[in-house]
Amino acid sequence: MNDLITGIGIAFGLILTADPEVIDITARTLAITCSSTLISVVVALPLGAAIAFRDFPGKRTVISIIQTLYALPTVVVGLLCFMVLSRSGPLGYLGWMFTPNGMIFGQTVLILPITAGLVITALQSVSPGITDTIRSLGASRLQFLRSHVREARFAIMAAVIVGFSRAISEVGTAIMIGGNIKGHTRVLTTAISLQTSMGNFSLSLALGIILLVIALVINLLLGLVQNR
Amino acid sequence: MTGRTLTVLIAIILGVVLISSPVLAAEALPEHSADRLLIGTTTSLDATGLLDVLSEKFEADNGIDVQWVAVGTGQAIEYGRNCDVDIIMVHDRVAEDKFIDEGYGLDRRIFGYNYFLLVGPGSDPAQISGLNATEAFSAINTAGETDESVVFVSRGDNSGTHSREKLLWKGGGYDYAVINASPWYREAGAGMGQTLTMTEELQAYTLCDSSTWGAYESELTLIPLVENDDRFLNIYAVMRINPDLCPDVNAEMAKKWENFMISPEVQDIIGTYGIEEKGKAYFSPALGNEELIGVLVEETTTPVV
Repeated sequence: MNDLITGIGIAFGLILTADPEVIDITARTLAITCSSTLISVVVALPLGAAIAFRDFPGKRTVISIIQTLYALPTVVVGLLCFMVLSRSGPLGYLGWMFTPNGMIFGQTVLILPITAGLVITALQSVSPGITDTIRSLGASRLQFLRSHVREARFAIMAAVIVGFSRAISEVGTAIMIGGNIKGHTRVLTTAISLQTSMGNFSLSLALGIILLVIALVINLLLGLVQNR
Repeated sequence: MTGRTLTVLIAIILGVVLISSPVLAAEALPEHSADRLLIGTTTSLDATGLLDVLSEKFEADNGIDVQWVAVGTGQAIEYGRNCDVDIIMVHDRVAEDKFIDEGYGLDRRIFGYNYFLLVGPGSDPAQISGLNATEAFSAINTAGETDESVVFVSRGDNSGTHSREKLLWKGGGYDYAVINASPWYREAGAGMGQTLTMTEELQAYTLCDSSTWGAYESELTLIPLVENDDRFLNIYAVMRINPDLCPDVNAEMAKKWENFMISPEVQDIIGTYGIEEKGKAYFSPALGNEELIGVLVEETTTPVV
């Protein structure tokens, strides 16, 4: 109980005094998470549209597989990316192991199924009447896609938010690919894990609160955009 | 209007990325760039803060960035074998020998030592206090069979400490597989700090290196019950990764780091670090203690060229 109260106190202390190490870790967390969210959305939009609007054999299976991958454990992604990015692995020449780039790669792999899957659902849920209308007006392919994205914007926004949330809250990939190197690949979740293992429960809780505050701010920002 | 929503959204995300990108850009160095030395280290050197002190000094002297991944000895060696680190700092003679025989490890130098401790609850249900290492392990095994309050927590992570623990069980004439399957034996699968926290919660016994113990003891009710046994000597070594097998390693800086670690100046830091804060040093320097710890003088003094 004591740890709880001190934790909340420390959290506000760290935020108010702008503790340089916490700022550093928070900025890195944001940079890595936003990058992976952005990349995954950029890939998921065309990919999701291609799957949602095209009919091809095995379409249902593909969608099922993507939805199954929602449950991809972060440590499995960490392990797979480790094997791919390690110097002895196929992408080892990139030198991304234990770097922020490697972490972005891992998180993108982790959240891509979620953003893609939710984009598919979003586009498919646009009412057939609207689809028919857009078609009958003789829309080009790009216009067709744009108007669907516009119709499904709330659901697509949800895909972005869910992807971002999973990326910012995961620890398995971050610790296996990043290695929790101080001042280089340490992010909020790996710092929490470290502080917990060192028995600094209040500080861990404080970092957890900071993570949630960031998630709240990002959600509010996205909500603002959505409502305009 | 709404088509713009997505553009605005992407602009916001881009904005955040751009704002925070100086942090990232400064760090997105290639893994083995010439101005970065990446160490795979055992957790105790990190948990005690010794590496913070040493890296600061090395960075000031050489103008490069020293980074480390703190893991168990087993994993550090695995990172070395995958060419993912430039140098390793570990404490498991047997695993090190194998790593050197395979051709991966070069120029092993010994830079320090400490002792393992068998720590446990003050109530000491297995009554191991005052026993030697073998007797204590045997007492835990015997008491564990009948007394449910006797629990032993193992690192269980192939770390140097876990290796030593296995060696001690074997030395006592036990089959480790049998011990491992015993109901009183718990594998934490975690670093030393986390294992200590778990041991504290379970009021159990565990094997701990004295340096990590020094960093954690003030937060724990556990006490050291068995110490000062010859078999508890724990020797720390540094070795670089063979550039013939891993062409991308920063061999120049790795050599410099090895020479730095065995230099009289750093040996002096190792022998005094912790006194100011804790009243006693976390580690003992290897230099001058070769006979006591049973290593060759060449391993502590010969510079790496």
